[in-house]
Amino acid sequence: MERTTLDLWVGIFVAAGMAAILVLALKVGNFSLNGSSTYPVYAYFDNIGGLKPRAPIKSAGVVVGRVAAIAFDQKQYKARVTLNIDKQYQFSKDSTASILTSGLLGEQYIGLDTGADDQMLKPGDTITLTQSAIVLEKLIGQFIFNKAGSSNHQ
Amino acid sequence: MLDFLRKLGHTAIDAIWRLGYAGKFFFLTLIGSGTCFRRFHLVIREIYYTGVRSLIIIIVSGLFVGMVLALQGYETLQRYGSSSALGVLVALALVRELGPVVSALLFASRAGSAITAEIGLMKATEQLSAMEMMAVDPIARVVAPRFWSGVISLPLLTAIFNAMGIFGGYLIGVVLIGVDEGSFWSQMQAGVDFREDIMNGVIKSVVFGIAVTLIAVFEGYDSPPTAEGVSGATTRTVVTSSLIILILDFVLTSFMFRGV
Repeated sequence: MERTTLDLWVGIFVAAGMAAILVLALKVGNFSLNGSSTYPVYAYFDNIGGLKPRAPIKSAGVVVGRVAAIAFDQKQYKARVTLNIDKQYQFSKDSTASILTSGLLGEQYIGLDTGADDQMLKPGDTITLTQSAIVLEKLIGQFIFNKAGSSNHQ
Repeated sequence: MLDFLRKLGHTAIDAIWRLGYAGKFFFLTLIGSGTCFRRFHLVIREIYYTGVRSLIIIIVSGLFVGMVLALQGYETLQRYGSSSALGVLVALALVRELGPVVSALLFASRAGSAITAEIGLMKATEQLSAMEMMAVDPIARVVAPRFWSGVISLPLLTAIFNAMGIFGGYLIGVVLIGVDEGSFWSQMQAGVDFREDIMNGVIKSVVFGIAVTLIAVFEGYDSPPTAEGVSGATTRTVVTSSLIILILDFVLTSFMFRGV
C-alpha cells in the first residue's frame, strides 16, 4: 500500500481514539467538576454514617459539589468532612449541612440548606450547623426507651 | 525415576532460561527503539496492520458487549426499581474492567498472533539472518516497530471499545427499553470519576499493550524455524497472553480499586 494512504488511515485511527478518550472524559466522567473550580469548606459531624469520599453535595436536589476527604478529629472526637463546592455557587455563613440518604437503599449525600446571613462562606470556612446521619440502631433504641418510659407513666 | 527427575530438572531450567531470555530481549528492544523513532514511518506502517485492521472487530464487539450489558443490567436493576442507574452500571463495567480486558483479549488473538506468525516466518525463511548479514539489527528494524505499534494501538482501541459499548448501552437502554435519557447520562456522570475510573482503565490498557505485544514479538523471534515451530509459537502467543492479561488484570485491580 502507498505510504500516503497508510498515513491517512493511521491518522483517522489515532484521531478516532483521541476522540473516544475525549468523549469518555467529558460525556461519561465528571471531568468538568475537577480542578481548581471548587473551594473547600469544612464541617464537623457527630456521626457520618456511611458517607464516603466523592459523595455528592446537593442543594435543593442539585449537585453543587463533592466530598473531598473524611478524617477523624482527635480533639473534638468528631468526623471532619472536607466539602469541595463549585465556585459558581455561594452559600451564606449560617448554612446547614445534613447527611441524607437518597431513596431507601441509596447512597448517602450531604444536603446544604442556605441560611439568612448576608456574609457568604469563604474558602476554608467551617460550617457550624450540622445534622448527623440517622443510625437505625440508635433510632430503634430511642423508640424502645420512649415506649418503656410511657408505659411506666400509665 | 532418575529419568523422570532429569526431565523435571530440564523443564525447570528451560523455563527459567526462557524467562531470562525474554527479559534480555525486552531490554534489547528498548535499546533498539531509538532507531525506530527516528524512522517513524516503520511504526506507522505497523500501526496500520495491528491497529487500523483491528478496528472493525473492536467496534462490533464493543457495541454488542454494551448492548448485552444494558439488557442484563436492566433485567436485574428493574427488580429493585432503580433502572435509572443503568448508565452507571454500563459505564463502570466497561471503563473499569470489560473495556481493557476484552479489547486486550481480542487484540491478542487478532494482532498478536499475526505478529508472531510474521516474525516466525521471517526467521524460518532466514530473512532475519539476511538482515544481520547486511549489518541491519533485526531487533531494531523488525521487532521494535511492532512492539511500539502495539503499545500505541491498544489504549486507543480500548477507548474506542468503551465509547462504542456505552453507545450500545444507550441504544438498548434509552432507545429500545425507554429508560429516562436524562437520568441515564446524569447518573453516569455522577458515578464515573475521570481520574479514579477512566485513567485507571487507560493505565490497565497500556500495561496490557506492553505485555501482549512483548509476548507476541518474543514468541515469534524465539520460535523454531520450522512450519511446526511457527504454528506452535502462534498458539503459545494467544494462550500465554490471554492468561497474562487475566492475571495482570487481577493484580492491577487489587491495587487500584480497593474500595473506599
